Amino acid sequence: MNFDFSDDQHAIKRTASELLAERFKPEKLRELAEGGRYDDEVWKELCELGWPGIFVEEAYGGQGLGVVELIILMEELGYALAPLPFLSNAAAGLVLQAAGSEEQKERWLPGIASGEARGTVAVMRERDGGNEAPLVPDADSAQVIVVLPCEGPPAVIEASEAEIEPLETIDATRRYARVRAEGGDALEGDAAPGQFAMPVAVAAELTGVAQRALEMAVDYAREREQFGRKIGAYQAVSHRCAQMMLETESARSTTYYAAWTADAEPESLPLAASMAKAYASDTGWRVTASALQVLGGIGFTWEHDLHFFLKRARVDGTLYGTAREHRDAVARLAGLSREPAPA
Amino acid sequence: MDLTLSPTEQSFRDELRAWIEENHPGEEPKDDDEAFEFRRDWQRKLHEAGYAGLSWPEEYGGRGATLIEQAIFGEELTRAKAPSPVNVLGLAMGGPVVIAHGTEEQKERYLEPILSAEEIWCQGFSEPESGSDLASLKTKAVKSNGEWVVTGQKVWTSFAHKAKWCMLVARTDPAVPKHQGLTYFLMDMEQDAVQVRPLQQITGDPEFNELFIEEARIPDENVVGGVGNGWTVAITTLMHERAGLGAGAAASVRIALGQLMELARERGVADDPVIRQRIGQLYIEAEALRLNSWRGLTQIMKKGQPGPEGSLPKWQWAETNQALTELAMDIRGEEGPASDSEWTYRFLRARGNSIEGGTTEVLKNIIAERVLGLPKLR
Repeated sequence: MNFDFSDDQHAIKRTASELLAERFKPEKLRELAEGGRYDDEVWKELCELGWPGIFVEEAYGGQGLGVVELIILMEELGYALAPLPFLSNAAAGLVLQAAGSEEQKERWLPGIASGEARGTVAVMRERDGGNEAPLVPDADSAQVIVVLPCEGPPAVIEASEAEIEPLETIDATRRYARVRAEGGDALEGDAAPGQFAMPVAVAAELTGVAQRALEMAVDYAREREQFGRKIGAYQAVSHRCAQMMLETESARSTTYYAAWTADAEPESLPLAASMAKAYASDTGWRVTASALQVLGGIGFTWEHDLHFFLKRARVDGTLYGTAREHRDAVARLAGLSREPAPA
Repeated sequence: MDLTLSPTEQSFRDELRAWIEENHPGEEPKDDDEAFEFRRDWQRKLHEAGYAGLSWPEEYGGRGATLIEQAIFGEELTRAKAPSPVNVLGLAMGGPVVIAHGTEEQKERYLEPILSAEEIWCQGFSEPESGSDLASLKTKAVKSNGEWVVTGQKVWTSFAHKAKWCMLVARTDPAVPKHQGLTYFLMDMEQDAVQVRPLQQITGDPEFNELFIEEARIPDENVVGGVGNGWTVAITTLMHERAGLGAGAAASVRIALGQLMELARERGVADDPVIRQRIGQLYIEAEALRLNSWRGLTQIMKKGQPGPEGSLPKWQWAETNQALTELAMDIRGEEGPASDSEWTYRFLRARGNSIEGGTTEVLKNIIAERVLGLPKLR
């Protein structure tokens, strides 16, 4: 039993954290967010470092590492709130790698691993005949779309075959679109290992966002004075911060566990993934909202960076399954509705 | 990262599981005194098999088990619905304190009877006026003719009526700042100057006691860790108490959750969307508790010392157990208030979870000040 990263994994975490802190300083992040842009230079740099293909098998141009390494990057990307098309591309890679035929993988995975021909996943919803995905990150710049229909196996289509309607959302640090699509080239393999790893990747990003918001709140509570003392000395504030920490740590533990199951114990992944995504979705929102309350008036201004984090957390909470949907899945997978065993 | 048990851990668990299966004492008797002796016998058996004092070094009769093995032990006892050893305070706190701070003579004298459950230990920390602010305690000890004379009142002392020794913290110097004037004693409970009165809880059970101490005598050699060091000595025991608690607590919550799901199915509410959300959430909280505990144990094993993060699982357990028992009451509806159900007892008993062993508010203070580095209120 060793519930910690290996030395190599710690090294990945450290490198990622330092690089992203250097590339996404607050003024840079603000400039990108206000312009609704990604940083193409940094994306190119990360592609050269092999980030997009970290979990992709070496045969398809990836680094051949696992979901644990992927979520290490995701957590740091969340912490930095990096405006990059990383998550969407990774999601497409996860499903394609799990369920694609040899031919499909050869066709699509190298572009995803190198970041040169990116993908995204469109999660179809019941309304409009089940042909519309209401919230798809980076659909307008992806070359390939993996469609997860309401029923049946996933399919892959070229982005040019889909109807893509760019969408303005509250999250200025990521681009989203509505996608309408039909048909496509079915992925006949078992998609579960990829499909359930997607929400884990978002849970990791939410953990990073929550960690950053917690730190913003704590830093502020240590400095800000009212009524003649630092506000962090008041329990109304300090207990709120302790609560934020408890939730952030729990999101982290459930996320790391889920990532580990993806690599080492796939039969436990569906339940673990739903636990992680349900918990992290709530945590991302509650911790950023709580941080805003600690920051008070300044936190409510556009001028402060916190709102970028709060909005990302809110959108991430709905991406690849809401907390409500995943909680219900937990109840089901934990055996709540099990028929009593025959006597 | 490897969340499977290592071969050594695996064989520890398998042997333990097989041993428990073979030696399980069965259902605990209803009568309190009988139950106590039943659990004393159980500890003797555990001791003979080398399962008492798991964390203690081998030279003191323990097993020198790793934290992971201790956690496995907690999980396995819970899983098998086996009782916990009777001398729980001696094993978890008294022994570790004597080992860490005691003299050679004290180790020689006290450790073995703790393991064998021959001598039961209780804890005299809290007082009516000193709960969360433990260091403000007023029970005083005055030295006279080479021995200490103790007068005061203690409360929430489990097992006081059965105990031979009391881990007593008393004020030996009222002139210095409150944390510095305390001393940690081992007080013999078998003297007329110590009166034990049962204290009835909201469950109706007298699970705890009050101690009235009127000029009790303690020989000088029963001071542990030196005069004036009582606070430091007491705090190390509390850290130990919290560090190992999470995994076993998580296992018991998990069992209760299984019973709760059964209850929901029986009452036909397993498909009610609100109930499903609440049970799903509880399941996640219970797993988060388990995973946080395991992650914490890995950190302690790397750093060598339990840290203030150990306060998280205790807090999380209290909230989860309370939410779980509240949901059981909700599901039982009009039958909920009837006293003849185990759920009703658990529901009431759970209210104590956020108070005993450090209130949730104190735990939040610890997290805020010592983990997050926020300024102190005082």
